[in-house]
Amino acid sequence: MNWYGIRAIYRFEMARTWRTLMQSIASPVLSTSLYFIVFGAAIGSRMGEIDGISYGAFIIPGLIMLSLLSESISNASFGIFFPKFSGTIYEVLSAPVSAFEIVAGYVGAAATKSVILGGLILLTARFFVDYEILHPVWMLGFLVLTAVTFSMFGFIIGIWADDFQKLQIIPLMVITPLTFLGGAFYSINMLPEFWQKVTLFNPVVYLISGFRWAFYGVADVNVAVSLGMTVLFMLLCLCGVWWIFRTGYRIKT
Amino acid sequence: MEPIISARGVSKTYQGGFTALRDVDLEIRRGEIFALLGPNGAGKTTLISIICGIVNPSSGTVLADGHDIIRDYRAARSRIGLVPQELATDSFESVWATVTFSRGLFGRAPDPAYIEKLLRQLSLWDKKDSRIMALSGGMKRRVMIAKALSHEPKILFLDEPTAGVDVELRRDMWQMVHSLRESGVTIILTTHYIEEAEEMADRVGVINHGRVVLVDDKRTLMQKMGEKELSLQLARPMDKLPKSLAGLPVKLSEDGQRLIYHFDIKSGDTGITDFLRRLNDANIDFRDLHTRESSLEDIFVGLVRAERDERLKEESQS
Repeated sequence: MNWYGIRAIYRFEMARTWRTLMQSIASPVLSTSLYFIVFGAAIGSRMGEIDGISYGAFIIPGLIMLSLLSESISNASFGIFFPKFSGTIYEVLSAPVSAFEIVAGYVGAAATKSVILGGLILLTARFFVDYEILHPVWMLGFLVLTAVTFSMFGFIIGIWADDFQKLQIIPLMVITPLTFLGGAFYSINMLPEFWQKVTLFNPVVYLISGFRWAFYGVADVNVAVSLGMTVLFMLLCLCGVWWIFRTGYRIKT
Repeated sequence: MEPIISARGVSKTYQGGFTALRDVDLEIRRGEIFALLGPNGAGKTTLISIICGIVNPSSGTVLADGHDIIRDYRAARSRIGLVPQELATDSFESVWATVTFSRGLFGRAPDPAYIEKLLRQLSLWDKKDSRIMALSGGMKRRVMIAKALSHEPKILFLDEPTAGVDVELRRDMWQMVHSLRESGVTIILTTHYIEEAEEMADRVGVINHGRVVLVDDKRTLMQKMGEKELSLQLARPMDKLPKSLAGLPVKLSEDGQRLIYHFDIKSGDTGITDFLRRLNDANIDFRDLHTRESSLEDIFVGLVRAERDERLKEESQS
């Protein structure tokens, strides 16, 4: 195992985060804070409780997930896309590092950033609304699992994308709508029965539901199903990454 | 002695159907400076990219220091450093950070003392905290070399190392390549500048249309294929070549001012004596004379032309 190689990639990617602190950390924390102010403190104070939880507290897991998914994808996709774009990928490809080690470095760094961001958003939320965490270990588990899974998904997007527009298409056109429609701001039980069934095809529902369960002990779907779906998506991403390195898709000719 | 690089039957056909390499056999000796010459699109970069692991070969095997580049890629790659043709750098990183990154990537433990020594050798120490984007093209080229040497490789590939580099820096680089060789590093360079190969290389390989046309010791090659010419500046210009010189390998220059006599340096009898005697007999006076040996460039151009003519002949026959 090339530990130094993994560490080099990981530290290189983390250094980029510290270099772009405003964009990587401050900006998502600020935009999520605005959600808390508008939906939590202002509008939320005039709304009733959902499943016995104040609206401001109810949206915390969904908002964290919203940032976590988009940041994991954008960090990991940019991390691998930029060396391809600038040509520096030659160095990674010619180094004695395995596919697993490359992924561990890039995905590990992207997931670390997302987890830090999730933690910061959670701390920020404390300034606006009261909340509790019933199952902190599970909460952390869901946070890390989701960050790793979507960082891996972002890595695949970064390999697939051959221009900056493609890099943005999936996060903006797919992930954000799925998160908004995945119960970030409401319980899916509030939807008409037909749409409740349709919503179950949205994978983000399971992530938010499981994460919310870790906070308040209430969920739209069974927590075991949420966990199972998250693990399933992670396995799908793993297969995608394995296929990319086996075939050299868009990284090797 | 076992070669440090051994390529056997290496071919590469890209997805679009373009064949960049055709059954290439090549051996690089330990500790030598090997120049790989060839026109644009000849397959030089593809061959280097295959050896370094950036491009997958369609067929064939390559051993680097005895290690198969695919089955035993870790051992093989850890021995190789690559300076690519393009100036691909992490623009926002500092020189120190990017060179340290390269060392780690190649599985070597941090060694700030070695990195410092390397940066000093390459005259980059003063710039160690500068962002790469703030450096000149020549400095960036040095950074690329520092990155390639950061893990102390035994084999160094320099793909067009002095392309777009000013004369002074080119001379510096030649000097650096010589000192690297003295420290035991095997150097393989591709270049368009024949004078570069002539100046530095121990052996020369010529590649054209994906085939290695020739590999030989530079001096032997120049002796074997080199031609000399004796040029005489005539006292009085001529309209045509005198009959007395018929049958000799001599030409009159277009302006009629010079007689150019070609001879083979490896031949025992160059025929110069006979040529000069005939001139004397014909009362042809000359004001000056000088000889010129064909350069590696002349040999290279000749080889590429010969290969092209042969290929065209084969194509027309088929």
